[in-house]
Amino acid sequence: MSFYGLVDGSDASLKKYLSALPGVDKVGLDARAAMLATRSIKTSSKRWAIDTAISMVDLTTLEGADTPRKVQALCSKAVRPDPMDLTVPSVAAICVYNDMVKIARTHLDSIGGEKVGVAAVSTAFPSGRASLAVKLQDTADALNAGASEIDMVIDRGAFLAGDYIAVFNEIVTIRDLCGSRAHLKVIFETGELVTYDNVRKASFLAMAAGADFIKTSTGKVVPAATPSVVLLMLEAVRDFYTMTQVKIGVKPAGGIRNTKDAIKQLVLVNETAGEQWLKPSLFRIGASALLNDLLMQRMKMDNGYYSSPPYVTID
Amino acid sequence: MSFEYASAPESRAIVSIKAKYGHFIGGSFVPGSKHFPTINPANEEVLSRIALAGKADVDAAVKAARKAYTLTWSKMSGKERGKYLFRIARILQERAREFAVLETLDNGKPIRESRDVDIPLAAAHFFYHAGWADKLEFAGVGTSVKPHGVAGQIIPWNFPLLMLAWKVAPALAAGNTVVLKPAESTSLTALLFAEVCQQAELPAGVVNIVTGDGTTGSLIVNHPGIDKIAFTGSTEVGKSIARAVAPTKKSLTLELGGKAANIVFEDAAIDEAIEGIVNGIFFNQGHVCCAGSRLILQESIADEVLDKLKKRMTQIRVGDPMDKNTDLGAINSKEQLLKIRELTAVGDAEGGERWSAPCDLPTKGYWFAPTIFTGVTQAHRIAREEIFGPVLSVLTFRTPQEAIDKANNTPFGLSAGVWSEKGSRILWAGQQLRAGVIWANTFNKFDPTSPFGGYKESGWGREGGRHGLSAYLKGVGHE
Repeated sequence: MSFYGLVDGSDASLKKYLSALPGVDKVGLDARAAMLATRSIKTSSKRWAIDTAISMVDLTTLEGADTPRKVQALCSKAVRPDPMDLTVPSVAAICVYNDMVKIARTHLDSIGGEKVGVAAVSTAFPSGRASLAVKLQDTADALNAGASEIDMVIDRGAFLAGDYIAVFNEIVTIRDLCGSRAHLKVIFETGELVTYDNVRKASFLAMAAGADFIKTSTGKVVPAATPSVVLLMLEAVRDFYTMTQVKIGVKPAGGIRNTKDAIKQLVLVNETAGEQWLKPSLFRIGASALLNDLLMQRMKMDNGYYSSPPYVTID
Repeated sequence: MSFEYASAPESRAIVSIKAKYGHFIGGSFVPGSKHFPTINPANEEVLSRIALAGKADVDAAVKAARKAYTLTWSKMSGKERGKYLFRIARILQERAREFAVLETLDNGKPIRESRDVDIPLAAAHFFYHAGWADKLEFAGVGTSVKPHGVAGQIIPWNFPLLMLAWKVAPALAAGNTVVLKPAESTSLTALLFAEVCQQAELPAGVVNIVTGDGTTGSLIVNHPGIDKIAFTGSTEVGKSIARAVAPTKKSLTLELGGKAANIVFEDAAIDEAIEGIVNGIFFNQGHVCCAGSRLILQESIADEVLDKLKKRMTQIRVGDPMDKNTDLGAINSKEQLLKIRELTAVGDAEGGERWSAPCDLPTKGYWFAPTIFTGVTQAHRIAREEIFGPVLSVLTFRTPQEAIDKANNTPFGLSAGVWSEKGSRILWAGQQLRAGVIWANTFNKFDPTSPFGGYKESGWGREGGRHGLSAYLKGVGHE
């Protein structure tokens, strides 16, 4: 493998690549994120942003209590978020555990949702604490069940211990397994990496290892997709594109619950990576409750008054 | 379709601008005789007509200030004076949106800046100095202190209300009364502040505001009834004030121009340094005396930083200052725009390589696109003279000492910035740089508790903090 010519797969070359990255100044990064949060998005641009955000949602259910019918209900919602208004776009994908992949895929296909992807969380999600053999089997199960996207977690323990090559090799192995069957999203769990320097390192490590997307969080740890972390990861994909001419996607997940937060995310994309990233193939939002708030805000823009929860469907 | 931000204008309904203004003398508004227009630099609309104070007006203002000093303000306890300052601070907060809108209309700066920076900081200066009013013996001047008397204060147009606050708050806290002249092109918020003084029931004559141009300023500087002069503005005018005041007993503080170096070392956090460079020179259209107008870049990262900087500059939203999403507003006056054009033409002629962010500038009003000049050396005029606009000169260095030498090789010394992730390097650079304010891994950050002022031709004295306050006090027995 060539790894874009950035590393040769050896520990030494990976260390050299990562140590050449500039540091992150926390105060400055937070200030920039806070400034971009003041953008005032109104009228026609708000309407565009709401529809764009809906089309970027990875509608997620990752619970021990998930059942086939619960997942099927979510699939219906993914295809037609508002059954009373068919101008609302479908979401990008459903995100489930691997045992629900087949149920989701079958149901989506049966209701006209062929274009909605099925993402499976993988590699011993959410902790990533299992042997490589288990992680590979976990991923293979999801692929065989028809997953079009694999959301793998990195081994945070190895990362924090400085064993970057282990993290790298694991991503490369899963990447190979996915082949052309599925897109690979790599989850950092930024709330466990803690420092912005770590997030930048993890971003460049995962991109060189072959990630199609870099993703903030599992949704099981707080803090998750803070504006600062997303800004930092958007800077990473922008710079990686300058280095390699390859565009990597970004997926914030966890903590984005309302329209205002979602629009702030789109502003971050627009003014950092740029407009070319404002599409579901390069930006996703992992969320569950967010979709209903987007729908209510959309209704408000159409009707001129605020709707209420009875007018949007529960999952 | 793309993500175009729809126009999001702040409403101007909150302000009511009179057709004509007079002066504020002895606690009430008095009509002026001659008037001149004040305009909105973003669209050249005449907002109002401002009175031009002559000798009689300035005499009346000084007389009112003297009377208030002698009979009321100097006799009042510090604790009582502090109450008035707290009251003014609270009213500024309550009326913040009104002040922000008026400031943006009159000055041309983006509403985001007047709303988030100018007005909150102005209120903060009054709060801070309110706390000092009853603790003056701890200001470092002596255990027994007294005010100078009547302070004549002349302020610039770049941060109209904020500069007023920097001058008026410490003067009042220390027990002085003031005669203040706002800049010719930006008098409106000072006149609104006069209303705040009335609302706060500040004793008549403690604050007097006379409007006008340089001739009015000169009348204040040369007035025999004034004990202390505080000026913020150009070095050229500052020098003439220093000459005028030299043979008198007046105290003097000057806050003048700058040509600040913003030094980026190769180990800096690059993305945040880019933000700091942008904030350093494009904040307030570059109309900032401490603007980071000379970027001094380590040669090893120069290309990478310039590429990133140019990309970032294309994101700067230039246009209607009242739009909440505008980053860069209008140049304050036609005169200033011509000066920026003249100096940038010199930059071209001297072989500097000009690059401006592509943006559609409005057809009416005074505008200048964010611009950088690369290939600039110490021997270029644009590396030496203050442009006072959104124009950055980029120089490079090879070793840390060379960066310091270039940074210090200027007649100015107001501020400097250092960008490095290496603490020891920042501390070393901070000791070497000859500038009054040095920012590490940030730029253009202000706080009432922090003294601000310059070395060399950037001025005399400090404003803000204990040091700034002490300029309005004298130790008893040291007169």
